Amino acid sequence: MKKLICAVLAFVLLLALVACGEAAPQDDKKVQSIDEVEKTVASAVKKVSKEEVKIGLICLHDENSTYDNNFIQALKDAQAELGLSNDQVLIKTGINEDDACLKAAQEFVDAGCNIIFADSFGHETYMIQAAKEFPDVQFCHATGTKAQISGVPNYHTAFADIYEGRFLAGVAAGMKLQEMIDSGKITADKAVIGYIGAFDYAEVVSGMTSFFLGARYICNDATMKVTYTNSWFDIAKEKEAALNLINSGCVLISQHADSEGAPKACEEKGVPNVAYNISTISMGPNTAIISSKINWTPYFKMIINAALEGGTIPTDFCGTMKDGYVELTELNTAVAAEGTQAKLDEVKAKLISGELEVYDTKTFTVNGQELTTYKADIVDNGDFVPDSEAVKNGVFTESSDRSAPYFDIKYIDGISE
Amino acid sequence: MNRTEKHQREPLIHITRRADIPLAKAWLIRLAAIVSALIVCSLLIVAITNYNPIEVFVKMAEGSLGSPRKLMFLLQELSMLLCISVAVTPAFKMKFWNLGAEGQVLVGGLASAACMFYAKDSIPNALLIFLMLAAGIASGMIWALIPAVFKSVWGTNESLFTLMMNYVAMQLVAFFIMVWVPNGSNVMGIINMNSQNGWLPDLFGQKYLINIIIVFILTVVMFIYLKYSKQGYEISVVGGSQNTARYIGIDVKKVIIRTMLISGAICGLAGFLLVSGTNHTISKELAGGMGFTAIMVSWLAKFNPLLMIVTSFLIVFLQRGAGEIATAFRLNTSVADIITGIIIFFIIGCEFFINYKINFRTSKERREAKQ
Repeated sequence: MKKLICAVLAFVLLLALVACGEAAPQDDKKVQSIDEVEKTVASAVKKVSKEEVKIGLICLHDENSTYDNNFIQALKDAQAELGLSNDQVLIKTGINEDDACLKAAQEFVDAGCNIIFADSFGHETYMIQAAKEFPDVQFCHATGTKAQISGVPNYHTAFADIYEGRFLAGVAAGMKLQEMIDSGKITADKAVIGYIGAFDYAEVVSGMTSFFLGARYICNDATMKVTYTNSWFDIAKEKEAALNLINSGCVLISQHADSEGAPKACEEKGVPNVAYNISTISMGPNTAIISSKINWTPYFKMIINAALEGGTIPTDFCGTMKDGYVELTELNTAVAAEGTQAKLDEVKAKLISGELEVYDTKTFTVNGQELTTYKADIVDNGDFVPDSEAVKNGVFTESSDRSAPYFDIKYIDGISE
Repeated sequence: MNRTEKHQREPLIHITRRADIPLAKAWLIRLAAIVSALIVCSLLIVAITNYNPIEVFVKMAEGSLGSPRKLMFLLQELSMLLCISVAVTPAFKMKFWNLGAEGQVLVGGLASAACMFYAKDSIPNALLIFLMLAAGIASGMIWALIPAVFKSVWGTNESLFTLMMNYVAMQLVAFFIMVWVPNGSNVMGIINMNSQNGWLPDLFGQKYLINIIIVFILTVVMFIYLKYSKQGYEISVVGGSQNTARYIGIDVKKVIIRTMLISGAICGLAGFLLVSGTNHTISKELAGGMGFTAIMVSWLAKFNPLLMIVTSFLIVFLQRGAGEIATAFRLNTSVADIITGIIIFFIIGCEFFINYKINFRTSKERREAKQ
């Protein structure tokens, strides 16, 4: 009996090895750029009356996460503006990026939702699966990358030009750094920003780079040190990361991770902080300067109106600063440098008019070289092969070919880990 | 003189172990516990949310049982928790504190996912599923074998050892996802989405039915194994006293290792079912704390696999209900968690009153104490 079991197990292992060896046959398909692929055409949204419209929101975490809270508040605002009841706006929090997302979507469909929205990057494949199962229901997803190539007409992705908001937040940070230098509090070589990122992929890298470019737009001596927590929401890790950065000499902290860990650590140590998603002034009245955020309310209104009027939802939508999708929260004048608000208004106007480009390749270098060409992985078909040219006319055209960020250069000169 | 006086003084309350309790009385105590838990929860709901507690409880039940689909979700989650509870049971019965079910499930799932990821659609579905099953079970066994060998040969502390193995498993999963998905937020996404290769098929149009059937068969088999087989008896003896076991000629080392291998194998199976039959992906949250909840399920059922169907139902019912009321009343999920926490607290607490009797000082004793 034992021998038999051993023999079977050995056979299985052998098979496994053979299978692994054979795996991943490289087909010689040509890598298609985003301009060459066949793009999904969005289906018409089934028109419903105001009483019948129902939207379901799937969140990875709950209100304690600044990221998820931003969606929840935006949806509640849209609900209030459109005059919908609580029964028409359902919210599920704490939905993991696995089968739980599919289940949540199915339950929402059973509850009568016409539109379902999920907020986390990892929800995407489950949303596509749900969209295939229920072609009459519209599925929308924030930060997703696959809608244009999914071929599923009722699946949509959305994001915004948040890199412009990050740039503005960076300007506020740069003003503060310059003030510290000018007042003799620090010397120019000590103008080090600490940045806490969740994961080292495009969304985070793009955010930190645009933030840094904003800071350096004002304070040319600024440099930045990055550290990762490998989690979207981990209060202890984010706090520890902030304290480590502060102890290693960083004089200003910003983060792309969703808990109160970093802002509170900054308040404890008296180090200025620039945040993301929500205003953190209540967490750090003496240190929080400003936050950049995506305002999702117009998007929610747009997709609900699409159901009310029977229009279509764009397959891949990128909200602009001009249309109010990218915002800064209230400036904490008690902490910010003098003249920050005026500078922000000035830079914002320049960004909207196009006079100023965040990723103007003349303003930064990579390994000492100017960036003249860069292929980004915009067609996300799971191959992780860069496929499309992103530098056009001297600008890295972030979020123009796909709403989800694809600036993933680690790092431009001045940023280090 | 003084000393003897003190000696005579009886405490106001003393606790004795109940020799035996009539079954009806035991269930009466349990019922009383649930009722009082619901009363406390109602007070809490009124105090912090101002909703009608009856409405909240009805919604809670609806969330678990309200539609055929919800019932299926409940059964699927129940079967996964039950599977892991059945897995930890033989070890716990042997008084081997296996806190590593979480990690054993994770490596089982990881091995299954690896087969799925590398094979893609190069081999037939049936063969791939068989491979994934074998790889999952084998990995779960290895993960359980390591602490078992250390315990039986060098006498290391198994609770700490198995607990730490969980973290190793988690990091392994994170590492492999990073290898497989180089640019991302450590999320794998659905594997073989288009070919559906390596996915357990639907049965009668129900996605989770195979999972559920496998686990229920397994539960019955485990019940028979523990109660009627020679090996099951050996487990009880080793759990009772290792010296007795040695005295009657049981090879304790062998029993420990064999039992842990069974435990690990079932955890590995759970990992396989979670990957192949449920999520079609792998993540650090695959076991989602079930490896620890399973301990409570197993313990509450007094290590009886058939009773675990009831206890795991209770836990999953509460969890799903909690999620439902969070959505229906726009409560933070923590409120829902508090409610389930209170109910579970009362249920665990009532076992104390079933096993122990509280004796108050009688008036006669009180008089004696005064003298």
